[in-house]
Amino acid sequence: MSKTTLTRRGVLRTGAVAGAGVALPTIFTASSARAFTNAPTGGSVTLGFNVPQTGPYADEGADELRAYELAVEHLNGGGDGGMLNTFSSKALDGTGIMGKKVEYVTGDTQTKSDAARASAKSMIEKDGAIMITGGSSSGVAIAVQGLCQEAGVIFMAGLTHSNDTTGKDKKANGFRHFFNAYMSGAALAPVLAKMYGDDRKAYHLTADYTWGWTQEESIKAATEALGWETVNAVKTPLAQTDFSSYIAPVLNSGADVLVLNHYGGNMVNSLTNAVQFGLREKQVNGKNFEIVVPLYSRLMARGAGENVKGIFGSTNWHWSLQDAGSKAFVQSFGTKYGFPPSQAAHTCYVQTLLYADAVQRAGSFDPCAVGEALAGFEFDGLGNGPTLYRAEDHQCFKDVLVVKGKENPTSEFDLLEVVEVTPRAQVEYAPDHPMFAGGSLGACNPGA
Amino acid sequence: MFGLGKKDFTLFLIVAVLALFAPFILNPFPTDSGLAQFNAGYPDLMQRFVIFGILAIGFNILFGLTGYLSFGHAAFLGVGSYAAVWMFKLLSMNVIPAILLSMIVAGLFAVVIGYVSLRRSGIYFSILTLAFAQMSYNLAYSVLTPITNGETGLQITLDDPRVLGVSATADGGIPVTNLFGMEMRSFETLVLGPWEFQFSVGYYLAAIIMLISFYVAIRIFRSPFGMMLRAIKSNQNRLYYTGLNARPYTLAAFVISGMYAGLAGGLLACMDPLAGAERMQWTASGEVVLMTILGGAGTLIGPVLGAGFIKYFENIFSKINDQVVHGWVSFLPDGLEDLVVALIHPFVGKGWHLTLGLLFMLIVIFLPGGLVEGGQRIARRLRRKPAKDDAKSASTTPAE
Repeated sequence: MSKTTLTRRGVLRTGAVAGAGVALPTIFTASSARAFTNAPTGGSVTLGFNVPQTGPYADEGADELRAYELAVEHLNGGGDGGMLNTFSSKALDGTGIMGKKVEYVTGDTQTKSDAARASAKSMIEKDGAIMITGGSSSGVAIAVQGLCQEAGVIFMAGLTHSNDTTGKDKKANGFRHFFNAYMSGAALAPVLAKMYGDDRKAYHLTADYTWGWTQEESIKAATEALGWETVNAVKTPLAQTDFSSYIAPVLNSGADVLVLNHYGGNMVNSLTNAVQFGLREKQVNGKNFEIVVPLYSRLMARGAGENVKGIFGSTNWHWSLQDAGSKAFVQSFGTKYGFPPSQAAHTCYVQTLLYADAVQRAGSFDPCAVGEALAGFEFDGLGNGPTLYRAEDHQCFKDVLVVKGKENPTSEFDLLEVVEVTPRAQVEYAPDHPMFAGGSLGACNPGA
Repeated sequence: MFGLGKKDFTLFLIVAVLALFAPFILNPFPTDSGLAQFNAGYPDLMQRFVIFGILAIGFNILFGLTGYLSFGHAAFLGVGSYAAVWMFKLLSMNVIPAILLSMIVAGLFAVVIGYVSLRRSGIYFSILTLAFAQMSYNLAYSVLTPITNGETGLQITLDDPRVLGVSATADGGIPVTNLFGMEMRSFETLVLGPWEFQFSVGYYLAAIIMLISFYVAIRIFRSPFGMMLRAIKSNQNRLYYTGLNARPYTLAAFVISGMYAGLAGGLLACMDPLAGAERMQWTASGEVVLMTILGGAGTLIGPVLGAGFIKYFENIFSKINDQVVHGWVSFLPDGLEDLVVALIHPFVGKGWHLTLGLLFMLIVIFLPGGLVEGGQRIARRLRRKPAKDDAKSASTTPAE
């Protein structure tokens, strides 16, 4: 086979290729002199909105994207300004961020860590995004947060409720406004004890991933502290759509409360199955059988329809709140899209504003300066009352809403009623609480 | 040269030039122009092109030569990734041990799965491999959570017990994957007028490994071993009647193919140290099959082209949103502009699957030989030569 015929062209060609190959490594020796990744140079700054547009959380993702577009409009001085008018910090003036017009790129996380990271990477490397935000699953949020830490950009988490996001997987470049599983447990348990008594036997069905695990752990700890007994806790695969086989054993377990640590489509299906099995009409141990859904959202309530009536849960924010910030946000969101925003939309909108405000106050887009401006920041007027961005773990502390499925909804959006606003003091915990221990923020990374 | 025939050497040279100059070729549009949206020359995507190219080359050794359609190749990719990330966590942030271990682990995995699955052929083989892959996926997702970290994916943390190296850098960060000090993520930007070209260390490492894999694949295709594999594809019974046992050959092809997938998985982890269970899902396995068929099964360069094609759609088309489309057609009057945007809307952004699906259908219907056949037809038109000469050069479908 090896027939060596040397031709002039052949030699030249081989030589050129070999030369290029040898010369290549030398271009890596000099390192660039930029102070931080993607420092904005022109008259505009690019933000990356990385949300699930396909897959099980696509509904939430679409609503998040609407909120981001609204936030960009308000930052650039368009629309009615929304929560910019009620925000306690007045650094933003509707001329973009530090005078630079805000532009954005969008991407599809597909609710997969891999795809989410690829999408975020392309935003950072190709589009020059200075900040990444979004996510509708804790697994994805943690994966993207890790990437942003490595790449040296700020990550403003969207809807992620797992304790781990600001617990064992917390990162110096990552910030979360949304509440977490521990807070849900701490807010919900006293209300449950008041409604259902403190002598109950609970059965847990849990989505088998980081959020489900921490949610189960939190609600178990909170209810057991009040005297409840946990009969059993069963993990269900995230991709499960029919929960009949998981519900049947509940009937004979002697439990009188079913806790569904499920979110999105999972919760809609498991709750529907549970109601079909007649659990809500049952009497066990001389008490009415009850169902609890620790993390509630309006989009889920709509999916489950009639079945959510009278079922308790917790939520980060609800559009029926009557404070000035919430009213302003619902007003401008409703004007633009024709329906009220979900809690996912709210947290994403607020995160964008908080980031812009932090840059403005820090006077720089440098992630370390922005991080410093956000850490320990106290603010108000964004719909949750006085809120603190705790410096130790980059978690926001604010009031938590305990909600109940409405018995007589007046419209297709009016599905939840707020039972109690749990004050911030009741849901606070130490940064080294066992449920959050094991990780460390590390140092902030400004990138290249 | 290098033991390659003249035509193969030319092909290898073309692939080498394409790979080494990819940062230029993939960035044809100036950074500030509206068309910059279509540039694909940024490190992450270029890395994906060559890494999935390796995966598709390996898959093609099995599917293109023996005709065994494995529907579980993603399992090897995933196993390779997990192996590499564990190596980073336990041993060192150098990529060499990680890549080696990922190939070894994937190879062992392939021996086990191949030994069982290859007792059947045709659709039964496909279903068996699919079952094994789904099993691995579910194990990684839930039961093996201590090893795989479940749905969150295995990541490098600040408290990894790294034997050769440090757990955290001096300034409190997580160390970066490197090749003897050259960081995978570091890159150099070359500005030429309005153009910007990025040269990344990670990409060139992956590209060089891809070229080596490509070279090995050519040698396998042209070797007596490759001839045996083709014989299995064309008529396995005849082979048995002549007194030859085909199974060792198929198993060898399966293991080689699995190791290629493991190598790709390991490289993915080197570029971005994370391993997620969804890398093993059946959709990921299906993607490999699509890449190979789209590019041209049984050809040398086809799978690489197919891999690039699919990754391009996933990363570029999925990011075109309504705002961008509005930018393109802003010269039209308002009403017409909205209409055009509404018409384009379902095909871009989250609709990229739809566009890809349509293109896949068109290619399978009109170009059964994949992109390679398309290229051959164009070349034939240009040269106005009779079809026969040309088809021989790249097509390697066995003559029966």
